[in-house]
Amino acid sequence: MATAPDAQSMAKRQQEISVADFFAKNRHMLGFDNARKAMLTAVKEAVDNSLDACEEARILPEIRVEIRKVEGTEDHFVMSVRDNGPGIVTAQIPRVFGKLLYGSKFHRLRMSRGQQGIGISAAGMYGQITTAKPVQITSRAFKSRPARYHELRMDLKRNEPVILEDREVEWPWSPTGTQVDITMKATFFRGRQSVDEYLEQTAIANPHASFTFVAPDATIRTFPRAATELPPEPVEIQPHPHGIELGIFTRLLHDSPHRSMGVFLTSSFSRVNSHAAGQVCKASGIALSAVPGELHPEDAEKLFQALQNADLPPPRTDCLAPIGVEHLLKGMHKELGAEFYSATTRKPAIYRGNPFQIEVGLAWGGKLDAEGAARVIRFANRVPLQYQLSACSSTKAVMDVAWKSYGLQQSKGSLPVGPLVIMVHMASVWVPFTNQAKEAIADYDEIRKEFKLALQEAGRKLGSYLKRKQAAAGQAKRRNIFNAYIEEVVRAYQSITLEDGSSLREALLETSRRKTELAEKLEAMKHHEAPEEIEGTLVIGSDGLPVTLESIEAAAETEADESAPGRIDAGPEEPVEGDLESLAAPVHPAASHKVRAPREGHSEPAGPVGTTLNLFGEDEA
Amino acid sequence: MNSASKKKFSTDEKIVQMAKNVHSQGLAGNDPLFHVPSRTLANVNFNEVKRIIEMGEGKTAREFFNLGQSKKFMQTLLVAEACKRLVHAGKTNSIRDLYYMTKHTIAGTRENTFDDQAESDPIIEDLEVTLDSLREELHLFASNKGAMVGEITVVDGGDVIDARRMGTGGWSVPSIVEPDVIQFRECEAKFILLVEKDAMWRRLNEDKFWRQHHCILIHGGGQPPRGVRRLMHRMVNELKLPLYVFVDNDPWGYYIYSVVKQGSISLAYESRRMAIPNAKFIGLSSKDVETFQIPEEVTIRLEDTDIARAKEIMAYPWFAGKKAWQTEIQRMLSSKVKLELEALSAKGITFASDEYLPRKLKDKDFLD
Repeated sequence: MATAPDAQSMAKRQQEISVADFFAKNRHMLGFDNARKAMLTAVKEAVDNSLDACEEARILPEIRVEIRKVEGTEDHFVMSVRDNGPGIVTAQIPRVFGKLLYGSKFHRLRMSRGQQGIGISAAGMYGQITTAKPVQITSRAFKSRPARYHELRMDLKRNEPVILEDREVEWPWSPTGTQVDITMKATFFRGRQSVDEYLEQTAIANPHASFTFVAPDATIRTFPRAATELPPEPVEIQPHPHGIELGIFTRLLHDSPHRSMGVFLTSSFSRVNSHAAGQVCKASGIALSAVPGELHPEDAEKLFQALQNADLPPPRTDCLAPIGVEHLLKGMHKELGAEFYSATTRKPAIYRGNPFQIEVGLAWGGKLDAEGAARVIRFANRVPLQYQLSACSSTKAVMDVAWKSYGLQQSKGSLPVGPLVIMVHMASVWVPFTNQAKEAIADYDEIRKEFKLALQEAGRKLGSYLKRKQAAAGQAKRRNIFNAYIEEVVRAYQSITLEDGSSLREALLETSRRKTELAEKLEAMKHHEAPEEIEGTLVIGSDGLPVTLESIEAAAETEADESAPGRIDAGPEEPVEGDLESLAAPVHPAASHKVRAPREGHSEPAGPVGTTLNLFGEDEA
Repeated sequence: MNSASKKKFSTDEKIVQMAKNVHSQGLAGNDPLFHVPSRTLANVNFNEVKRIIEMGEGKTAREFFNLGQSKKFMQTLLVAEACKRLVHAGKTNSIRDLYYMTKHTIAGTRENTFDDQAESDPIIEDLEVTLDSLREELHLFASNKGAMVGEITVVDGGDVIDARRMGTGGWSVPSIVEPDVIQFRECEAKFILLVEKDAMWRRLNEDKFWRQHHCILIHGGGQPPRGVRRLMHRMVNELKLPLYVFVDNDPWGYYIYSVVKQGSISLAYESRRMAIPNAKFIGLSSKDVETFQIPEEVTIRLEDTDIARAKEIMAYPWFAGKKAWQTEIQRMLSSKVKLELEALSAKGITFASDEYLPRKLKDKDFLD
């Protein structure tokens, strides 16, 4: 009969669980739940790293993503991501790619894409578990030297990398850069929650970056950059006392090199000066001269409470680098093909001691799908969030907004309906996610409120455009009716009098234009708006070029001219089809018809024309 | 435009002038418009001396650059253009043909110039008053409606028509009955009886009522068309015959009598050659239920619209001063019932021919 285990035998089984081992068993926490999601998560981790590295080194990012199937297998793919970033010095490579929780981002409060340093090594680990293939890294950190090629295996027990190969290779792509290749079990697909969608959204939020995507079927899709300015470099800040938790506070205390509590408080936190430090110590009954590393846990808790209660100035907000209205508009314009865009960047705000900033972009009409609910695309620090839409604070905010007042359809408590893309972005030194896989933003009141305010701001701009468009459509309709009847009147005149009616036609068309123009202005006055551009918006004509006030006028002229040629005198010119047909068809504003004059200073999407080999959006349908 | 100056121009010239006005208004940068005399109650006067309804001087502007009027403006010109073509070609067309002459899809649109004849007919009437031209002057006519039998011979387009030998259907009254088309010959009739509806007219014809009572029996299929009204007008004036109107006892019947006698509101400009001020109302009268012991079961309850319409008619100037009429309409209102001509059949198949009408004629039981 077996004896029950005693403490000694149990102790034999107790052993340290390595982080890597833990995550290997709980990989869903990192976004590697299934083969579908694994590919996207791996690409995302690699691209996020590349973008962060490029921006930190002040290099305009050029990133190439390639996915190819491993020959002779059904579901093994190689994911290869190459950037033109600063490269990684040889000594660091094994630890960056082969060790979990190793990185430069965790201990800093600085706006960046990756936050925990788990990402890329977790992707490598997932590859190793599913295919037993090593991670391949090629990196060139110095222009003067060739690149170094590494093959790494991860020792899951010890959370330590094992170098399988290390040699010099040629790097013809860029002065410096990094390429990582991971072989993994995965499925490749397009559409929602795909690599395509991730890159498209990343391109929207990062108009300064260019991307190339080579799919397993060898189709190439390019996302050219629309801006040449890098986002401003985010400033690193000390944590604000109201934004940290007790555990982290205790660790900071223990790790502190400072010899006195006063110095510790003033130098480890932002917004704590010597006066405030004195107050806090007094309130918690701890001497200013106490040594941080030796503080008793109970005292640490008292001190923590005193800090929470202290009346401190709010944290600095200059550490945030929002995308900005101009780049939001450019980013959406280059990828979405809509007719109207509006964007808003809110002032920085604070949740739990962390500064954050909310931005919203709206794209309406054009090529966007008019059927069904609006598409919400979410970003945190410029990184697309593709899963857990309904769990996200931003989605809740979208549903809170009364879109009907902006001329859109919406049933209560749901997403608005129509050809609309809603882009939401939260920039923060610390984005609160609902889980480790960083898929949804936690629903703090302060955050939801800012989302709502930003959505309303951008919504008002859209509403005002739609209202104007409606008024213009009314005028266009009226004008079209007159112009169609003018032909009838002129024809009857000619038949009755047997005289030429072209001068009558000209005169009537001119009067028609004058009459409707006047009505249009009166209409605009009714809406208490001057007929000029709405700030923070972009209107695209049917030719795909931005519309300006001048070009609207030019278009009106052209239109009036073009509707002039008659049908009676069978001249050589083709009779121009009147616009009355558009009365039955969905309304097109006169404003966006036949606009040819591009906006001054508008930057055309960079990159050579025709590089898009695979038709844009073809796989989107 | 007064009546003195209008005769100076032919219809053709008037249409051309209308189009030229559009041209000069258009070129001056103005909103082209026509002044269309209003064919509404507000723009008619009752001439106490002539005892007919006449059109007033009121005109409404029909503007091209007015979204609510633009299409009508265009349609008016299209109708004018079609009439000019008819006049020019020396041909006459029905108003239904004219509808098809002017109907087409507007270039570059999916919209039609006219969607049905009900849209073009009023435009024709507008054009008549605008140009001060009669319908036949525009070379238009309506389709035949109404029939006639009786002790008279007429010549219709050169053919001799003996109205005594028209069988069961009668002679179909044409739309245009001017002296150049219709002439009267032998007539032994002593009066004309206008029957509202075809059914009663057939009854009386089958019973040879007209032979027995020496009269002309005519119906207009409800509200009599202009052809029937004009023909009666000519017979009354040229043959010196009295006219009796035999209609339902309801507001619609009263109005038919009113139109025959004084002229209609929408065609007030035609009163002088169509209204018959001496016409008499023979029935049905609201007192007939009692007089003739008509069973209650065949009466019909007045509807709200009937009551409203009856009150409107009572207030017309040409009814307002007539005590007998006020009593007649008031009696209908208080009895709350109306009566159709066919109700007389409840008293016997030939009751109308054998008893009702002879008694009314004998007693001269008319309303004026």
